[in-house]
Amino acid sequence: MRHLISPLDFTTEELNQIFDLAASIEQNPQKYAHVCDGKILATCFYEPSTRTRLSFESAMTRLGGQVIGFSDAGSSSASKGESVSDTIRVISCYADICAMRHPKEGAATVASSKSLIPVINAGDGGHQHPTQTLTDLLTIKNLKGRLDNFTIGLCGDLKFGRTVHSLIHALVRYPNIRFLFISPEELRIPDYILEMLKERKIPFEEVIRLEDVLPQLDLLYMTRVQRERFFNEEDYVRLKDFYILTTEKMKLAKEDMLVLHPLPRVNEIDVEVDDDPRAAYFKQAQYGVYVRMALIMTLLELV
Amino acid sequence: MLNVGKIEEGFVLDHIKAGKSLDLYDHLQLDKLDCTVAIIKNARSNKMDKKDILKVECSIDMLDLDILAFLDHNITVNVIKDGEIVEKKELILPKRIKNVIKCRNPRCITSIEQGLPHIFFLSDEQKGVYRCKYCEEKYSEPAK
Ligand SMILES: [Zn+2]
Repeated sequence: MRHLISPLDFTTEELNQIFDLAASIEQNPQKYAHVCDGKILATCFYEPSTRTRLSFESAMTRLGGQVIGFSDAGSSSASKGESVSDTIRVISCYADICAMRHPKEGAATVASSKSLIPVINAGDGGHQHPTQTLTDLLTIKNLKGRLDNFTIGLCGDLKFGRTVHSLIHALVRYPNIRFLFISPEELRIPDYILEMLKERKIPFEEVIRLEDVLPQLDLLYMTRVQRERFFNEEDYVRLKDFYILTTEKMKLAKEDMLVLHPLPRVNEIDVEVDDDPRAAYFKQAQYGVYVRMALIMTLLELV
Repeated sequence: MLNVGKIEEGFVLDHIKAGKSLDLYDHLQLDKLDCTVAIIKNARSNKMDKKDILKVECSIDMLDLDILAFLDHNITVNVIKDGEIVEKKELILPKRIKNVIKCRNPRCITSIEQGLPHIFFLSDEQKGVYRCKYCEEKYSEPAK
């Protein structure tokens, strides 16, 4: 039995199999509409994340399966002090597979060590969010046709953004990737990631302004820059416009550059950009369902 | 210097930081062994002014000494057989440490989950970096 706790739990070959399956599901959803008949997915969400939970529920429902679960710790036995280990043992009796989100880092690791059913980490604090990474990779692969040979710009909060960290770790396994990190000084990419890139001799650059590097990019991954991350208001006001993508800035970008964003966005991508064919973030949400369908089938060994 | 009798078979752990011998006694779980143990505290040392020494009389395969490398890599381990030093054992950092140190990351699941063992794995042998099995944070010594 396998679990998905970190995006690196699967080899690039195994990921390719999942992506191929996701592509097949996209082509012919009818063929997969009953593969999970009689199976139950438990969504154990100790903190609310409506988007991620609905994506899992949609995926299981589209496969013909059923969903049970809770969506905040207050309505679950966790509020009565039940441990993750005990909860997963009980859930193992109720369901065939579990997607767990928890505010504490490593919660899904604990669950997987006690579980009798496959566990999917749907986010454990600031640590990992592997299904988001799989979604990002599938989006790039389907829209670009490859996962190698490109320059990717990661923009915004690179210090606390776990989706960014996971994506970098996943992408370094593919050849010829160049990273451009675009962030304010306060929100720079952590040193341990830069050290890892240096060790692997993977080219990267750090810049402050998005416009300076936009023409070089094949992919632009946007994230939120939150006001509360700044030491003072002046810095926030001074810098925030650097990290807002507008139609004006999009004129600098390549014809076939893709804009990705893990969503939800606040104001870092101007709504006018949504109509640009290079905006891929809503397609990303669609791929998120396909990749979760493929993942559920893979972990339930229905492939 | 205080004289403690020679041992026939076992270990002499020398150059222990003064005052730390009882900690090692606990970590090696010597309380669980039915053997002779001599604890020498604050012995005079040329190399380090003051030091502790532990002498353990036991069969030499009875103790797992890997944890010593993590606790204090300056310790000299002398292996004794037939009353003679037969080996100066090199200390190797253990791949995994269980319930010796605690994860200090307040966002880690170990901070709230009952009965969870604290497990660390060696992530960088060169730099001796250990990471929590659950949250993967680097272990750092608590500030004194
Ligand atoms: Zn931890």
